[in-house]
Amino acid sequence: MANESNESPVFAVKELSVKYGEFRAVRDVTLDIREHEITAFIGPSGCGKTTVLRCLNRMNDFIDSAKVEGLIEYHGVDLYDSDVNPNEVRRRIGMVFQKPNPFPKSIFDNVAYGPRLVGKMSKSDLNDLVEKSLRRAALWDEVKDRLKASALGLSGGQQQRLCIARCIAVEPDVILMDEPCSALDPIATTRIEDLMQEIKKDYTIIIVTHNMQQAARVSDRTAFFTTEVNTQSDRRTGVMVEFDLTQKIFSVPSDERTEAYVTGRFG
Amino acid sequence: MAIVTESQRSITRAEVHQTITRQSKHLPSLALGVTLLIAVSFTLLTLFALLARIVTQAIPALTEKGSGFLTDTIGSEASKVGIWPGLFGSFGIGLGVLIIAVPLGVGAAIYLEEYAKQNALTRFIVVNIRNLAGVPAVIYGVLGLIIFVGWLKPVTNGGTVIAAALTLAILVLPVVIITSMEAIRAVPLGLRDAGYGIGASRWEVTRDHVIPYAMPGILTGTVLALARALGEAAPLIMIGAITGLLPETSLSGKFTAIPMLIYSWSGRPDSGDSNVGWSNAAAAAGLVLLVLVLAFNIVGILLRNHFEAKRVGS
Repeated sequence: MANESNESPVFAVKELSVKYGEFRAVRDVTLDIREHEITAFIGPSGCGKTTVLRCLNRMNDFIDSAKVEGLIEYHGVDLYDSDVNPNEVRRRIGMVFQKPNPFPKSIFDNVAYGPRLVGKMSKSDLNDLVEKSLRRAALWDEVKDRLKASALGLSGGQQQRLCIARCIAVEPDVILMDEPCSALDPIATTRIEDLMQEIKKDYTIIIVTHNMQQAARVSDRTAFFTTEVNTQSDRRTGVMVEFDLTQKIFSVPSDERTEAYVTGRFG
Repeated sequence: MAIVTESQRSITRAEVHQTITRQSKHLPSLALGVTLLIAVSFTLLTLFALLARIVTQAIPALTEKGSGFLTDTIGSEASKVGIWPGLFGSFGIGLGVLIIAVPLGVGAAIYLEEYAKQNALTRFIVVNIRNLAGVPAVIYGVLGLIIFVGWLKPVTNGGTVIAAALTLAILVLPVVIITSMEAIRAVPLGLRDAGYGIGASRWEVTRDHVIPYAMPGILTGTVLALARALGEAAPLIMIGAITGLLPETSLSGKFTAIPMLIYSWSGRPDSGDSNVGWSNAAAAAGLVLLVLVLAFNIVGILLRNHFEAKRVGS
């Protein structure tokens, strides 16, 4: 479990709201993400947890209609300041997606893609980095004899660990995971969860999950989001209800909506 | 949890066997099958008849002239005519279209799909490009006559093969743009996310992932566009292709192309004192054009297969 400390947070999110055109997807999210912790975002579909996650590395930039309001500070720097280069942001804040999405290239080239973008590296350095990344992602032993084979030939769970290795290879600071296990079977899911525990000493991890047991198992802190119906239209806006230590969220939540959700009475 | 109750109906093996082995003999489905078969046969038959007709017609001209049919110049006697100027012109047009229309078209498609904001202006532009694909070829001929033969005379030197290549490049540009856009749109979003997720820029994602994945589709569009450009005669008439005498072929002089020759020769009366008439020469020219298009297509298909193999990462 996490220990309370006074060190400055990795992310300080203040009054974050996101609109898609006129539709407000999520509003008034305020939370701090601490270093070397796993933070879980849980809540029913449409509550805005993925939207918030994608704001943290500016992946929402690609949605033309998306408009981000409020403040997100990353180590004290305003992420949405005009002189921030979003590509550099995403290099430091990597992302693993819901559906495993390896490139249609060899296993080696998948992991080497990010480092190659950053700059020229000697062949042996690159080989070492690929091996190190695959080892960290607990995939090395399974693929070391077929690094030149297509990544698309791997199983779903292996593909997802490859995506984690690819993310690790650019030596990020934060890894954002958007329902990384929802397309995987229970055994593959366990492996990813074990992996998260192992790498959290080096990285700060934020995971969006639909699976409450998963949030309870892996995370140090949990943010619970839900939806509320707008008064003027029937569209729903996401709100963050509660953010606390995972243990508290699942045992003694302070909001009754959280309690209803985690006990399975709703959602 | 469902509650298990005593089933009200009993299912016997005989009953199951009887129902699941029942053959459907619906008349409508049979009729549909026959109709589809007729449609396919009709298409194949047309193709076969066309090929047979062209080949049998072409044989007298080709046996009379041999390889000279490809290398001799055009003239006023059906039995002595060759198509070298047409071959030169058509090859130049094909090459010009590849060099001009493909980069421009693919570039426009990448911009519209990957870079442009998806707003009303973009939609307006795309609708217009789609409409341009349906504009008759002869209209493009008028455009080519005004712009490339007239205004740009210092560059094209008037009605030359360069003007023809430019005109036909503009003619097929909408087709290249539309098919390339479709191919780019079919690239899975996850592939782009994967690139952006590790800090690749928009251009890096486009160059390393979107274009390679879309390449087979882009090539299909290119092959279609090229075949269309090589077969058009109407715009060439407008910009002044030659059908009479053309002793010399050059990029800066008068030109002709195979479809132009086919059109012209088909209309000429035969003198009757030779066993090779203009219709034979036209058929032979048609055969050469078919082979030329086929050759371009084969290159396109080989390239497409190459990129398709790459797409599965092998």
